[in-house]
Amino acid sequence: MNLSIVNLFNAMPGSVAQGLIWAVMAIGVYLTFRILDVADLTVDGTLGLGGAVCVMCMINGMNVWAAMALAFAAGLLAGLVTGLFHTFMGIPVILAGILTQLSLYSVNLKIMGKSNQALNVDRYDLLVSLRYLRAMPPWENTIVICAVIVAVFIAALYWFFGTELGCSVRATGSNGNMARAQGINTAFTTVLGLMLSNGLVAFSGAMLAQYQGFADISMGRGAIVIGLAAVIIGEALLSRFGTNFAFKLFSVAAGSVAYYLVLQFCIWLHIDTDLLKMLSALVVAVFLAVPYWKGRYFTKPTVAKGGRRDA
Amino acid sequence: MLELKNVYKTFNAGTINEKLALAGIDLALEDGDFCTVIGGNGAGKSTMLNAVAGAWPVDMGRILIDGQDITRLPEHRRAAYIGRVFQDPMMGTAATMGIDENLALAARRGARRGLRTGTTRKEREEYRALLADLGLGLEARMTSKVGLLSGGQRQAVTLLMATLKKPRLLLLDEHTAALDPKTAAKVLELSDRIVRENGLTTLMITHNMRDAIKYGNRLIMMHEGRIIYDVRGAEKQALHVSDLLARFEQSGAEANDRMLFS
Repeated sequence: MNLSIVNLFNAMPGSVAQGLIWAVMAIGVYLTFRILDVADLTVDGTLGLGGAVCVMCMINGMNVWAAMALAFAAGLLAGLVTGLFHTFMGIPVILAGILTQLSLYSVNLKIMGKSNQALNVDRYDLLVSLRYLRAMPPWENTIVICAVIVAVFIAALYWFFGTELGCSVRATGSNGNMARAQGINTAFTTVLGLMLSNGLVAFSGAMLAQYQGFADISMGRGAIVIGLAAVIIGEALLSRFGTNFAFKLFSVAAGSVAYYLVLQFCIWLHIDTDLLKMLSALVVAVFLAVPYWKGRYFTKPTVAKGGRRDA
Repeated sequence: MLELKNVYKTFNAGTINEKLALAGIDLALEDGDFCTVIGGNGAGKSTMLNAVAGAWPVDMGRILIDGQDITRLPEHRRAAYIGRVFQDPMMGTAATMGIDENLALAARRGARRGLRTGTTRKEREEYRALLADLGLGLEARMTSKVGLLSGGQRQAVTLLMATLKKPRLLLLDEHTAALDPKTAAKVLELSDRIVRENGLTTLMITHNMRDAIKYGNRLIMMHEGRIIYDVRGAEKQALHVSDLLARFEQSGAEANDRMLFS
C-alpha cells in the first residue's frame, strides 16, 4: 500500500473546497433541523435541482451569477412545495419532504433532458472548479471564493434571524404554540424557513456542479446525511466555544470541512469507498443517539419541580 | 365585551371516545370583568378558553369580542386581542430564546413583522424596568435563555408577555397549578395586580375555590360543558367555600379531592 503523506497533502485543497461548498448545503440543513426543528428530506432532490438548473442555464449561454441565482430561486420553489404539502395539506413534514424529493427526480431529468450533463471548464466561465484550486490569483482561487460565499451567507442569515420576521421563524421552531399565541402565523413562517433552507441547498448544488464539471441525477443522494453530519460534527467540535448565532453557523461550515477532511483521510487509508455512505450514516446515527443516551443512562434522577406536562 | 353564544364542541365525534365538551355555552363578559372559572375535571373550563383563543374551530355557536365576530378567525389573528398564560410553564415561552427576545415577540403581537430589528436597544431598557418590577431579579439576566428559568419565573415572564401589549381579553388557564404553593401565591398576586392596574377583562380558571372567591368580581361554575352558576359583585364576595361545594353537589357533580383540600 502506498500511504504517502505527500498524496494526503496534495488532496487537501480539494477536500477543503468541497467542504466549503457542502457548508452552504449544511447551513441550509441547520435552518430546518435546528431552527425549525424539523427534518426536511427535500434537500436530496434540491441539491440535484440546483446543479441541473445551473448547468442548463450556463449551457444556454447564461452568465454564471445569473445561473446561480436561478438555481437559488428553484430551491426556494422546491421548499415552497414541501411547505405547502406540510402546512396546507397537513402532511407530516418528513413525508412531505420525501414526496417533493421524489417528484424532483422527474423534474431534474426533465430539466437536463438526460441523467447527466457536462459543463466543460474550458468552454464556460465558471466561478468555482477543481481546476481552479492551485496556481490561481486569490480572487479566482476556488477555496477563497467558496470561503467568501460561506461568509456572506452567514452574515446575511445572522442579520435575518435578528429581524422581527427572523425571530418569528425561530419562535415557531422553538415553541409553535407560543408563537401562535403571540400572533405569529406559524404556517407562513414554517414555509418561509423551508424555502430559505432549500434555496441554500440548491445554491450549494449549483456550486458543486461547477466544481465537478457536471450535474447528474444522483448527485444529491444522501445529501441530508452529509448535511446532518456537518451540523453534528460542528457542534461536537465547537459548541463549547460559543453560543452566538453567527458562530453556530460557522461551526456548521467547519463541521462540513472537517467531514471532507476525514473522508479524504479514509480514502488515503484505502478504506473501501463503497462503504463510505454507510459509515457516514452510522457516524450520524451514533451522534444523534448521544443526547438520548445521556438523558436515559447517565442522568441522576432528580425530584421534578412542578412540571405537569400532560395535565 | 366577550360574548359566547350557544357554543358547542364535541371531540372525537363518531368514535368510542366521543366527548361533548361544550354543550351550549352562553356567556357575556362586561368590559373590565375579572371572572374566575371553577368546575370539576372535564367540566369544559379549558375547552371554553381554547374555543375563545381559537385552538380549533367550534362545532356551533358564535364568539364575539367587542361585537366583532371572531368565530372563524385563525388562532394567530385572534392573538391581536387576546393575551394567554397556560397551565404548563413550558407552553407560554420559547425556551431557546432569550428573555428579552421572548418579550420582544410578545410586544409585536397583532403587528406586522418585517425586516426591522427584532429587539431594539430602546425596548430592552423598557423590559429591564418591567422585569425589575416583578422582583425576581430577572432584569440582570435579560439575555438568558428562558429554558434556564424555573417554572414560576417562566410563568411570571409569560404573564408579562401576555399583558405587555394590553390585550382586550386575558385568558389565564390554571396558570399557577404547576407551581409550588409559595410561588403559586406570588404569581397569583402578580396576576391580580397587573389585571387591576390595567383594568383588563379576564377569564381565570382555578381549581382553588378560595382563590376563585378572593380574586375578581365575578365567578362562574361549569359542569358537563355548561355554565351552571354565575355570580358577581357583593354576592360573590360574600360566598364561602361551603356554598360552592353545596352548589357542586346540587348539580350532581362530585367535588373532587383537589377542590376539597385546596
